[in-house]
Amino acid sequence: MALLIKNGRVIDPSSGTDDTLDVLVEKGKIKDIGKDLSDDDITEEIDAKGLIVVPGLIDMHTHLREPGYEYKETIKTGSEAAAAGGFTTIVCMANTKPVNDNASVTRYIINKAQNEACVNVLPVGAITKGLKGETLAEIGELKEAGAVAISDDGMTVRNSEVMRRGLEYAKSFSMPVICHSEDTYLSGEGVMNEGVVSTRLGLKEIPPIAEDVMVSRDVLLSEWTGHPVHIAHVSTVGSVRIIREAKARGVKVTAETAPHFFSLTEKAVESFDTSLKVNPPLGSDDDVKAVKEGLKDGTIDVIASDHAPHSTVEKDVEFDNAAFGMVGLETSLSLSLVLVKENILTFPQLIEKMTINPSRILNIDKGALSRGADADITIIDPETEVVVDKNLFRSRSKNSPFHGHRLTGRAAYTIVSGRVVFSH
Amino acid sequence: MELKNKDLISISDVSPEEINLILDTAVSMKEISSREIKKVPTLRGKTIINLFFEASTRTRTSFEIAGKRLSADVVNISASSSSVVKGETLEDTGRNLQAMNPDQIIVRHPCPGAPKILAELLPASIVNAGDGAHEHPTQALLDAFTIREKKGTLSGLKVLIVGDITHSRVARSNIFLLLKMGAEVIVSGPRTMVPLFIEALGVAYIPDINAAVKDADVIMMLRIQLERQGKTLFPTLREYSRFFGLSRAVLENAREGVLVMHPGPVNRGVEISPDVLSGSYTVILDQVENGVAVRMALMYLLAGK
Repeated sequence: MALLIKNGRVIDPSSGTDDTLDVLVEKGKIKDIGKDLSDDDITEEIDAKGLIVVPGLIDMHTHLREPGYEYKETIKTGSEAAAAGGFTTIVCMANTKPVNDNASVTRYIINKAQNEACVNVLPVGAITKGLKGETLAEIGELKEAGAVAISDDGMTVRNSEVMRRGLEYAKSFSMPVICHSEDTYLSGEGVMNEGVVSTRLGLKEIPPIAEDVMVSRDVLLSEWTGHPVHIAHVSTVGSVRIIREAKARGVKVTAETAPHFFSLTEKAVESFDTSLKVNPPLGSDDDVKAVKEGLKDGTIDVIASDHAPHSTVEKDVEFDNAAFGMVGLETSLSLSLVLVKENILTFPQLIEKMTINPSRILNIDKGALSRGADADITIIDPETEVVVDKNLFRSRSKNSPFHGHRLTGRAAYTIVSGRVVFSH
Repeated sequence: MELKNKDLISISDVSPEEINLILDTAVSMKEISSREIKKVPTLRGKTIINLFFEASTRTRTSFEIAGKRLSADVVNISASSSSVVKGETLEDTGRNLQAMNPDQIIVRHPCPGAPKILAELLPASIVNAGDGAHEHPTQALLDAFTIREKKGTLSGLKVLIVGDITHSRVARSNIFLLLKMGAEVIVSGPRTMVPLFIEALGVAYIPDINAAVKDADVIMMLRIQLERQGKTLFPTLREYSRFFGLSRAVLENAREGVLVMHPGPVNRGVEISPDVLSGSYTVILDQVENGVAVRMALMYLLAGK
């Protein structure tokens, strides 16, 4: 019982590999990588000529909505969406109902994922109880139960003293901290970016400094406490600059952005299409340019979808009343491949941001194609033209502004522990 | 010539020719209101629904009278905008009303973009009667009609808009319309109430009202929402009135023959001092009168769609 992936362009940024090679998989592990591999036990062969073979993609920022909001998404449907998008490992945020702020919820998610998910699901615990920003969650127990990081994502820990103690306490358990950095006094009741378009539309604004101010604080708290922070969904000129400067002076800060922040601008909101309502909001041309520069120069380490499923109940309403968020698992890879076409990233640089970088930030044993590693492999077809059709999404929710967009490239095979969980 | 769209959602969507068409049509509509029998059979058998999700007396009455003078059947619905309270979404409300086959639905709603949702969903003509801080196109049309009536033209005029620009649909629709028709627009008011990016719309911002009124042909004062007092936008009505209110002293810096306008309802002594309100340059009641004519014109033109 062995799987041979032949003649693909194998890119593994963790080892600097970029060559036409075969990959041999046996018993859920990578047995060998090399030229012209063969084995007596080969029962399945994938001809990967013209395709790109990479470590299984990791999406370190998703919302799977279970427990509590199963009508939007479940661990099962979310994992199927992930597999269709080329992801073998997804990390899910804590804003479920109940909130994942204690070990029993973490264990529930992990058990459920073991039984029903077709990809690896790694939960994130809360920083504070109930995401209220007041008292610390039982971070030690969250870690023990299997949470890979903590975050109050969706909410900001407004009180800087609480955030400081959260970082310090997390440091004692070497627990990564992911920051949703938003000054909610500044963002107020805003629903879109403050700029030329909001001035025209009269929609309530979220100024980009709402992000910048809080990114600054979180960077400073990281510097003071000596514990790394990972800044989620970076979207503004200001926060890219702040993170770049912080990295230059040695602060242990990492950052991610989402595909919509380099694919769309606030201009699209003129349609009042509620699938474009996200937090942080879609920015200006300058913001998109800054995000791309940040990706190019390494300021932004990771591309993560911030997959945020919502049903028509939350989205088929007035823009003001719609929920924030868009689904992303099934479009993330195709949208990110544009960066290679635009010469912003090389293929290895792109793959790095979707494999080994998130793996290192979360300190998980994933994201590399080394001998003996879990056979989590994504095979990318970089050339096929795709017309995004939300009705074909595996996700239970369809809130994507990319419906109808023509994109190039997609996942051809998604392999988790040696098993093909998705193929085109 | 006729209107291009079945709806009027935003001044941004209409051409200068369409604006002139509506204003020209309104001239003859205005005459109807001066007759002893103020009714023509033009829209007999048509049904117009006033769907108001926000309290309104002036605008709703104006649309209602406009429809009735054209012999349409006009139905008024006051609805709660909160779907949580109401248990029905805007789309469902729209579908239900459509099932009764109205020809036109006049919509006021606190959320920008709400009338557009209905326009895209329903075959009936949708008229935006104010959607949040987005637009109030018929107000801009009636203001344009009033200016044109008094000044003969819009082109080349200098129009000053003073007050809470950020939260004003009246300001937005007027800015779009006036620029389209070749007027120059200046805005004034405290920085907290004027969008940071306002110049991108093509208007100038002069915070000092005394400087801003110089050479203005028209001054539009906006209503201050009293509940905004004492929060972060301005400290007190007293201070607002002192620095941004239109007093006789400020008016002395303006051009001879300047028009003073206000979309109403006026906070006497806040944005306009009482003596200015009663002055001869004040055309606020003309605006109200012309509102009926402009809305009649619009209903008539949309009925031909």
